[in-house]
Amino acid sequence: MNVVHPFEGIGASVRRKEDRRFLSGRGQYTDDINRPGQLYAHILRSPHAHARIGAIDTTAARAMPGVEAIYTSADMAGIGGLPCGWQIHNKDGTPMAEPKHPVLAEGKVRHVGDPVAVVIAATRQQARDAAEAIEVEYDVLPAAATLAQAQAPGAPAVHDDLPANLCYDWHIGEKAAVDAAFAQAAHRVVFETTNNRLVPNAMEPRSAIGDYDATTGEHTLWTTSQNPHVIRLLMGAFVLNLPEAKLRVVAPDVGGGFGSKIYHYAEEAIVTWAAHKLERPVKWTSDRTEAFMSDAHGRDHVTRAELALDKDGKFLALHVQTQANMGAYLSTFAPCVPTYLYATLLAGVYSTPAIYAEVKAVFTHTVPVDAYRGAGRPEATYLLERLVDVAAKQCGFDRVELRRKNFIATDAFPYQTPVALQYDSGDYFSTLDQALQSADWAGFEARRAEAKARGKLRGIGISTYLEACGIAPSAVVGSLGARAGLYEVGTIRVHPTGSVTVLTGAHSHGQGHETTFAQLVADKLGVPVANVDIVHGDTAKVPFGMGTYGSRSLAVGGSAMDKAMDKIIAKGKRIAAHLMEASVEDVEFERGTFRVAGTDKTKALAEVSLAAYVPHNYPIEELEPGLEETAFYDPKNFTYPGGCHIAEVEIEPETGRVQLVNFTAVDDVGRVINPMIVEGQVQGGVAQGVGQALLEACVYDEAGQLVSASMMDYCLPRAEDLAPVSVATHTTLCTHNPLGVKGCGEVGAIGSPPAVINAVVDALRDYGVEHVEMPATPQKIWSILHRQQS
Amino acid sequence: MYDFAYHKPSSLAEAARLLAADPDAKAIAGGHTLLPALKHRLNRPSSLVDLSGIAEMRGIRREGDSLVIGALTRHEAVARSSEVKSAIPALVHLAQHIGDTQVRNRGTIGGSVANNDPAADYPAAVLGLGATVRTSRREIPADEFFLGMFTTALEPDEILTAIAFPIPEKAGYAKMRNPASRYVMAGAFVSKGKMGVRVAINGAGPCVFRQAAMEAALAANWSPEAVAGIKQSADGLNSDIHGSAEYRAHLVSVMAKRAVQAAG
Ligand SMILES: Cc1cc2nc3c(=O)[nH]c(=O)nc-3n(C[C@H](O)[C@H](O)[C@H](O)COP(=O)(O)OP(=O)(O)OC[C@H]3O[C@@H](n4cnc5c(N)ncnc54)[C@H](O)[C@@H]3O)c2cc1C
Repeated sequence: MNVVHPFEGIGASVRRKEDRRFLSGRGQYTDDINRPGQLYAHILRSPHAHARIGAIDTTAARAMPGVEAIYTSADMAGIGGLPCGWQIHNKDGTPMAEPKHPVLAEGKVRHVGDPVAVVIAATRQQARDAAEAIEVEYDVLPAAATLAQAQAPGAPAVHDDLPANLCYDWHIGEKAAVDAAFAQAAHRVVFETTNNRLVPNAMEPRSAIGDYDATTGEHTLWTTSQNPHVIRLLMGAFVLNLPEAKLRVVAPDVGGGFGSKIYHYAEEAIVTWAAHKLERPVKWTSDRTEAFMSDAHGRDHVTRAELALDKDGKFLALHVQTQANMGAYLSTFAPCVPTYLYATLLAGVYSTPAIYAEVKAVFTHTVPVDAYRGAGRPEATYLLERLVDVAAKQCGFDRVELRRKNFIATDAFPYQTPVALQYDSGDYFSTLDQALQSADWAGFEARRAEAKARGKLRGIGISTYLEACGIAPSAVVGSLGARAGLYEVGTIRVHPTGSVTVLTGAHSHGQGHETTFAQLVADKLGVPVANVDIVHGDTAKVPFGMGTYGSRSLAVGGSAMDKAMDKIIAKGKRIAAHLMEASVEDVEFERGTFRVAGTDKTKALAEVSLAAYVPHNYPIEELEPGLEETAFYDPKNFTYPGGCHIAEVEIEPETGRVQLVNFTAVDDVGRVINPMIVEGQVQGGVAQGVGQALLEACVYDEAGQLVSASMMDYCLPRAEDLAPVSVATHTTLCTHNPLGVKGCGEVGAIGSPPAVINAVVDALRDYGVEHVEMPATPQKIWSILHRQQS
Repeated sequence: MYDFAYHKPSSLAEAARLLAADPDAKAIAGGHTLLPALKHRLNRPSSLVDLSGIAEMRGIRREGDSLVIGALTRHEAVARSSEVKSAIPALVHLAQHIGDTQVRNRGTIGGSVANNDPAADYPAAVLGLGATVRTSRREIPADEFFLGMFTTALEPDEILTAIAFPIPEKAGYAKMRNPASRYVMAGAFVSKGKMGVRVAINGAGPCVFRQAAMEAALAANWSPEAVAGIKQSADGLNSDIHGSAEYRAHLVSVMAKRAVQAAG
């Protein structure tokens, strides 16, 4: 790679261009946008987890000041349900159960927060006032919120035609091989665990504005989305039946997503549909409580795993049985999370030769569950990395050596796992060694003793993880049930004077794309970062795109941009050859300059672009004017970041409070474009991982009420809950994308939870504690210590 | 939030008259309890009587061997007051650890005490120091002020104007915070002085209360060990997803011990 501007190209910690806008309060988020004549929607939501809907009386509400319209499902006849983008097949080959997900509840409500009616009024307050005046007759039914409740005999059915609440019963791997290996294993280690349900809580709540231009028949939807083209596709084709050309979807500045803004939500369809019906713009913005009961949740697995080891500690086989809570309806990508984003990761960084995983997805009377930062990979990593620690303890191996013994050898790549994936590159030994050193693993016992003198229980925990991201090869995911392609699109528009606009289908909602992507252009085309503009988030501007999730923006979107730049260079060489009266084969491009090889004849990119737009002296017979190229890049494989996380905690035995005191991450994210942004991404991910491990729990009670429906009860990490997070990288390049990049958006949230819990269990080692479920709250730790003492 | 009328009187008498004239009117001070409740539509006052323009409810001053803090005094002002620091340092510590910076810069001592949230900080100090609550009508001893969960001896149109804290020989406060809300899950305020030995427990029960067994133990032997071994009964204590009654009962002993340690 040619670094033209050494401080701006690949590898430079260029300051984030977008931060000037964000830090000065001048971001343009959806709720900042107001359309002339705009009305406001308020959604009346179910207060019950499960009820039959009787009469809905809107008479009084309709008469209230400012009310323009009130709609229920009866008004939306002919509107499709919210589609699911991934179909899983059962063990017996039949497709999963896919009950309708109506935009507004039809006949029944199935979770607290299920939308029942929408009020549209002149102001937000008026819409809300009127919603309170709507009388809904509910025949309240028993509910099942947890996996155990929903699978108990005689459990209430979430969907009447699915009495067992089963969405699918799926498997992967070779059962016979696993059984055979278990039969001759020296050790068998069983581990059971729950992966706690989480609420993503992006800082910006969801919002949507529908607008309709009766003169052109064009619909516009502004929405808090990570993937506006996908929303256009899903909503246009499946819900509202609108052609792409008449539907523009704009996702402007978006304040965090973490997965929760991937999906197509009912409110987007409601405002788009209502704006057409009323011929007035309609805005809806969620408040925090509404977000808790309507944004897709994450995780929520219950798993039993069994590991077979030989007498030396070599892993022989792994058998995993997981139940996954889907919530009341299938969210857009929900079915693939506990299957292809989870069970395929169960080899982890280990050379376990035989793996068999069975996954049952279950409907419950809760908010739909879908991908949340890491999606499936945190669940797999947590399971494996706890299991390895449990195995080490039970069988008497050193936990670090047990890992090292089972690592995939560095010269074994490409490595085919028994669960479908083929890893292209990695070096788990180096990330482990670097992390052990950086965290001073060897010096831990002294720190533990020092803490003990202060009355604290100190523990250290490790996790050596791997994940699969950069999703994904379209043909592969298609064969696994995806109903979309997962390529990405990039357009490079070189303007007449040589500045560049990039159109990308990836969407930035905190990741710093405007900087990182500009660095790619600076590095390859030699255009200063300041002269590169990144455009994203508007279907009217960007040709197409699949959006940002699964740490795919750079690996897939960046690769598309790289391919488009190759086309720019190829065309530029032809123009330059003409200008310099040389043959194309003799023209080289480097550092923004075209040169006739071996001569001092050169043309700058800006001279070539000027000729392209002012084609007076131009090979017009053979070449079109202009300098703009688009590439669709379909990845050849997933990318496989991995690494080692080490956490150190101190427990205060009197109160049970766990304090993270140190965190070390050494990650292999492939080639690093902007180290500062990578560090920030890893730290943010670690914060969320620590949140899952120590603080966050989405709790439903027996009746299906959401107990943790606000920040008063749902505990997000605060600064004081964290510790200095040291981030370093050790790079092996991705072998199949042109940039050699892997992805860094999720590694923090994937690698950290087991490191933290392993540290907590280690801190409690003198108390004979085998396991502590997440989150390790003070009360939980105190109960464990208290039980041990009495 | 529902619509309401807004008044900003400049005298206590006028504020009292506005409140007396309308049974659905409500006083507002820092608004950091009332506004969230209004936003969640949990409360529907016909009008708000903003107390912030009433000069006679402001200020921190010494009156003999008492420290008098005006009801409108913000938590941050107490946290930074050298007057408070020299008289009752435990109160500075308490104020410094209420909520976060934004909360401390809006919330008032009067609002906190009038609200009597079982998980609030100030009620522990008022009861634990044996303070006197001054109102637009009378003076109410702490022991008669806190009646139950969110309930006090204040009449609907009665305004809390100041709190007079007897300056103790020693006082200390310790609390365990609810990990999510950061309100008090269990706390203890201990003091020793002319009001005797007092131990007030907040967060753990539906209302701040005095812990008689601990007071007796400390009266006999003022030391952390004296209270550490005294078990609080879990009966009647609060229980939620963050802390069972048993856990809170346990924390009461731990916090009492720490409060005595802090008091020195
Ligand atoms: C995020 C957050 C975190 C918080 N954390 C904590 C915490 O850790 N610990 C803690 O103790 N508190 C906490 N609080 C509450 C905060 O301290 C409040 O400000 C305080 O409890 C109420 O004071 P206020 O002045 O805001 O009262 P307001 O909200 O204005 O009023 C509260 C109630 O008291 C009444 N009232 C107010 N002043 C008077 C008066 N002078 N006479 C009669 N009635 C009156 C009002 O009518 C109302 O009913 C927190 C608040 C928030 C928003």
